Amino acid sequence: MSIYYTKNHEWAKVEDNIAMVGITEYAVSQLGDVVFINLPESEKSYKQDETLAEIESVKAASDIYSPLSGKVTELNSKLDNSPETINNSPETKGWIAKIEIINSDEINKLMNKEQYQQHLQTLK
Amino acid sequence: MKLIFEKSTFDREGFKLPKLDVPECKLPTDNLLESKKVNLPQVGELELVRHYTNLSKLNYCLDSHFYPLGSCTMKYNPKILETIAGFESFSNLTPNLSLSKKGFKYIQGSLALLFQLQNLLTEITGTSKVTLQPLAGAQGELTGMLMIKAYHQKKNNQKKYVIVPDTSHGTNPASVAMAGYESISIPTGPEGQMDLKIFKEKLTDEVAAVIMTCPNTLGIFNTQIKQICDLAHQKDVLTYYDGANLNAILGKIKPAELGFDIVHLNLHKTFSAPHGGGGPGAGPVGVVDKLVPFLPEPYIVKDKNDQFSLYQQSPDSIGKVAPFFGNFQVLLKALTYILILGKEGLEKVSEIAVLNANYIMESLKDYYQLPFRRRCMHECVISAQKQKEKGISALNIAKYLIQEGIHPPTIYFPLIVKEAMMIEPTETESKKTLDQFIQIMKKAAKLAKESPQTLKQAPANFIFSRFDEVKAARNQNLKYKNNNNE
Repeated sequence: MSIYYTKNHEWAKVEDNIAMVGITEYAVSQLGDVVFINLPESEKSYKQDETLAEIESVKAASDIYSPLSGKVTELNSKLDNSPETINNSPETKGWIAKIEIINSDEINKLMNKEQYQQHLQTLK
Repeated sequence: MKLIFEKSTFDREGFKLPKLDVPECKLPTDNLLESKKVNLPQVGELELVRHYTNLSKLNYCLDSHFYPLGSCTMKYNPKILETIAGFESFSNLTPNLSLSKKGFKYIQGSLALLFQLQNLLTEITGTSKVTLQPLAGAQGELTGMLMIKAYHQKKNNQKKYVIVPDTSHGTNPASVAMAGYESISIPTGPEGQMDLKIFKEKLTDEVAAVIMTCPNTLGIFNTQIKQICDLAHQKDVLTYYDGANLNAILGKIKPAELGFDIVHLNLHKTFSAPHGGGGPGAGPVGVVDKLVPFLPEPYIVKDKNDQFSLYQQSPDSIGKVAPFFGNFQVLLKALTYILILGKEGLEKVSEIAVLNANYIMESLKDYYQLPFRRRCMHECVISAQKQKEKGISALNIAKYLIQEGIHPPTIYFPLIVKEAMMIEPTETESKKTLDQFIQIMKKAAKLAKESPQTLKQAPANFIFSRFDEVKAARNQNLKYKNNNNE
């Protein structure tokens, strides 16, 4: 399994042709307490960088973009009732969806952990 | 404070029905009757009056407090506007009179006023014609977008996208989507204005329009605006001016002269008709010559006998966007405001609005971080990023302002500025009020260093304490239930 990141602070844990998707610790620290998440549609295909889900915190409402193109195979529907899971463990239990990757070449457009850490440094 | 339901007692009454003096008759069908007991509160008149008077005292409003809510232009609305809009000759008028020829005779005066407002707004925006119909700024935007769509369809232009800077109001991309286009967001450059290089890259033949708020939501005037409009026009891309911030350039610049094709105005902001729970809005839209055929109809015209009538003959018009003439009384307030101030007065509005915002920004620059170090227009954005190091957020400072009797500025918007506080003092506030606000903001900065706990616990000694915003959003409890769960 390898983990990749986007500039917009989504992560994707890739295993075979499935990517588990969520948002990073940094994203959560910027959002503040999450009060609502509008999950993606099950079975629907999303393009890379297309709006996958919407998230609302006490500060703002934001879009979550799909790190890779693919079809949604599984949703973390527990988030519907307890969106705070995203605050508590954004990179584990707070995952949002699993998608079946259509084009694995797109992974090249994502950052690895080290590159993402460097990206965060530029935002300070 | 107790709810009116909790004050209910069965031995007091506030109202008695008169004795039945007509023969009693049955309802046509029984299902009109409520079978369950209706749980209505019952109190005496005095208790009722006290309840609502006390509630109204909790209301935080412009008539009682300073309200520097950025981007919202919460300025004081002179009371004479209410007086005039409340004249019986206006308030007792029915728009149905415009449905018949005979009725039309009786509304000539009102039509004359609307016609005058149409012309004044045309003059102010530099456009060729204005529709008064849209009932709010966002509806004005949608009206503009629908005209853009109609224009491109008529010309058989294949257009898919609308360019919107990342500082734009949330309604901009929403209007774009409602008109069936996709929005392209352009980031802000280091100067606080749309990145021109990226704009040029994204400006393809498939772009239908570019929407600009100028000054933008950072309170910054885009000095490249003319160039942006020229570049857009080379590709038959229409230019849309979001008038939310017209307050800053009123009487100084006409948006159409900068190169904008469509201009919407928020009468309930710039032209002092109240807003923010204070009543309905109005969002007239002006267009340049090439878009006049697409304007919503009808609009008011004057014939050679000085009679006013409605014009609706363009086959390309997008049609009606509101019943009758829009929000008539809101329009009346704006007209009154414009006539009272006159051209010089309107210029003064923007001069003082800009002066006040700059005064605040300059006074606070050593205490808070300024994301962009340049002259602001009618509002300024400062950041609590310095205070964040001590664990104090913009939210904490906002709560402290409540404790000090000031409505907090807009926080966490625009989204591109971390810990943003967006302050719009408006031209209606005195230097004394501004100085008080500045002192309180300086004190907040001092507390952030010396006693952060005070800010974290604010508001203290206030009518309410700090709300749990997460709980308020997640576990809403909006319906009263008595002990019997009814």
